[in-house]
Amino acid sequence: MSEEAKAADQNSSGMSPLNYLFVLLIGAYLGILFIKSEVARWERVHDMFLFREAHMYLIISVAIVVAMISMLIIKRFKVKSIDGKPITYKPKPYHTGVIIGGMLFGAGWAITGACPGPIYAQIGSGEWMALFTLAGALLGMFSYAALKPKLPH
Amino acid sequence: MNWITEPWPWWISGILIGLTVPLLYILAGKAFGISTSLQQAGAMCAPNSKLEYLSTFDRKANLWTIVFAVGIAVGAFIATRFLSSEPAPLLPESFDSASGGIKLLVGGFLIGFGTRYAGGCTSGHSITGISNLNWPSLVATIFFFVGGLAVTWGLGQLIFPA
Repeated sequence: MSEEAKAADQNSSGMSPLNYLFVLLIGAYLGILFIKSEVARWERVHDMFLFREAHMYLIISVAIVVAMISMLIIKRFKVKSIDGKPITYKPKPYHTGVIIGGMLFGAGWAITGACPGPIYAQIGSGEWMALFTLAGALLGMFSYAALKPKLPH
Repeated sequence: MNWITEPWPWWISGILIGLTVPLLYILAGKAFGISTSLQQAGAMCAPNSKLEYLSTFDRKANLWTIVFAVGIAVGAFIATRFLSSEPAPLLPESFDSASGGIKLLVGGFLIGFGTRYAGGCTSGHSITGISNLNWPSLVATIFFFVGGLAVTWGLGQLIFPA
């Protein structure tokens, strides 16, 4: 590939090698947190849904508050990314799937003790049975891809 | 330094997880979300798929989601191997069986189908969406709990290990 093609290539993804390195590092940071906070642990998720402990609720609430304050600061001071691009949130739209899909995901979360991030964390920590969860998630994604035209949106 | 090897308290964990949102925005220009990685994996595995959901998906612009997922696995490996004195089992022992594998496969299916139909998961909707005051994300989050509570309290005997 010529240098120009490479540059064009990079442009189309909009990300530099440095951006990818940061993504990898932030992923690792989050992976450590998923294990150390135990949100990737089945018992914690089960206890959350049984209202047995507040641990998960507190973590999620604090995370939302911290993210919200961060976004207020980013918007207020028009903070840019390190590439100098403006930071904008693209709203996720409302449709029937938000309700139906949301409920189905919640059921899967309760059964497996994992949401998508923790699936990768469970596998990384050597919990090999979580490969079944990942395989199921990919099957579910393919099924959605196949059924999408027929589902209400 | 003993605190490092213990499970971390909710407030430290919550603050640090919340900071993922500005970190990803500032260092990579991306909105925090993890379930898109499933769609990216599908689009990469089936690049010639006739399904529009996969064929029209921008594989290049979303490649970062796979890098992010790999990073999560690497971080979890580090945390389990080097930052935990006695790593707690993540899944109950009863899942270590054929019936456990089936439960995880079915549960995983619901995760993959549900998050893609809803357009996000706990990270994209509950954390990033709500923190940006996006009301459909609040609706999604409420229904995450409706589904989880229904299964835990309703079908619990069938699904959950004693």
